[in-house]
Amino acid sequence: MNCDEAELLLHALIDGELDAGHARDVENHVAGCPRCAAALQDYRAMSKMIAEGGARYKAPLELRRRIETALPQPRAVPSRRAVLRGFAMGSAVSAMAATGLVAIVLRNDDVERIQSEVVSAHLRSLQAGHLTDVISTDQHTVKPWFNGKLDVSPPVIDLTAQGFTLIGGRLDYVDARAIGAVVYRRRQHVINLFVAQTGSTERRAAKIETVQGFNIRHWSDRGLNYWAVSDLAKDELADFGERFESAMKGGTAG
Amino acid sequence: MPVKASDDDPEKARRFRETALPFLDDVYTLARYLLRDAADAEDAVQECFLRAFKHFGSYRGPAMKPWLFAILRNVCRAEYARRATTPTSPIEDVPESAEQAPLWHEVQETPEAQLLRRWDSDTVRRLIATLAEPFRETFVLREIQNLSYREIADVAEVPVGTVMSRLARARAMLRSAWMAEEEQPK
Repeated sequence: MNCDEAELLLHALIDGELDAGHARDVENHVAGCPRCAAALQDYRAMSKMIAEGGARYKAPLELRRRIETALPQPRAVPSRRAVLRGFAMGSAVSAMAATGLVAIVLRNDDVERIQSEVVSAHLRSLQAGHLTDVISTDQHTVKPWFNGKLDVSPPVIDLTAQGFTLIGGRLDYVDARAIGAVVYRRRQHVINLFVAQTGSTERRAAKIETVQGFNIRHWSDRGLNYWAVSDLAKDELADFGERFESAMKGGTAG
Repeated sequence: MPVKASDDDPEKARRFRETALPFLDDVYTLARYLLRDAADAEDAVQECFLRAFKHFGSYRGPAMKPWLFAILRNVCRAEYARRATTPTSPIEDVPESAEQAPLWHEVQETPEAQLLRRWDSDTVRRLIATLAEPFRETFVLREIQNLSYREIADVAEVPVGTVMSRLARARAMLRSAWMAEEEQPK
């Protein structure tokens, strides 16, 4: 094999597109040819650098919103209501019971959908260069960064002393609207804490669930909905949530 | 650009959201490299997803990502055509000879020259953007989007052999650019 042939096949070798026989031929040529060996080494280094080096772009939130808005919206909510209305009117069940049922039915569907969206947002954030829009371990930097970007102001709490390092914040997109994500790290594990406004100011105690292998701790307090998502074990994620909530009670939010 | 998808089928929209929207960043990345302009890329990606949704009912394959890329590419063709009529942003035309030029032409350095310096993401993006269009497209589809040669050939509508030679040239050109960067004191 000469250099011209090898130069072309080098690439197929790097890309894993060569059959075993040709791969051996190329490797034999490279072993005796410093020029092709140098090229092979450089191309491999380049591939690696590009894979790791943040050559990707992240779609702007506004673009995501534009596409979402242009797609037909799910009609699940009205149809559910219609079913329940018929049920409530056509039976002797008291208004109170029907209300409770509405709450249960609505919650189950919405909770599942939002949970899977929250996990998708978490997964997106783990791609290279997507984790944070503002990088800072200082709550007084991260907190003001959200100002004017959202209709709520997510509490940002420094939990470094408790073993959860604040690493930054990000705007994300869940349930067809912009949402704040405060990002923490514990050892190698990333925790995304998603914060969104809720209609009710009622406090809802935390629940931990597992969706697609990720743990989600969800709670509501003072008009905000929280979802902490991570591949951390359940007890550690619970620990995170409890420390966050107790810090909120203590009024140490930045 | 159309503003609203007309097909009002919630189940179809739900499946589309689940299967196509996760590739938004991939499609946007490709658009940025193909068009080299953030605003044009956004418009093209939106148009791409709306077209994809329109044809989603008859979608039977290939894999979702290359399917979206092929649609994006068609959208970009229209944008190239528009630019060609705008004197300020001339379309880049690669002469036939560029595709046939010998590969070794690019690298004149000694064979021992090794690439040492690491690039930051701005440098990586800038250098990829300097590649001429067909080489840039093939390179991005392979190195950033991880498509197989067969998938790239289908997206770019060229034979696999052309994919191989374009990729070889793109890498050779980038390697030269890389060496040139290293020679400049930083």
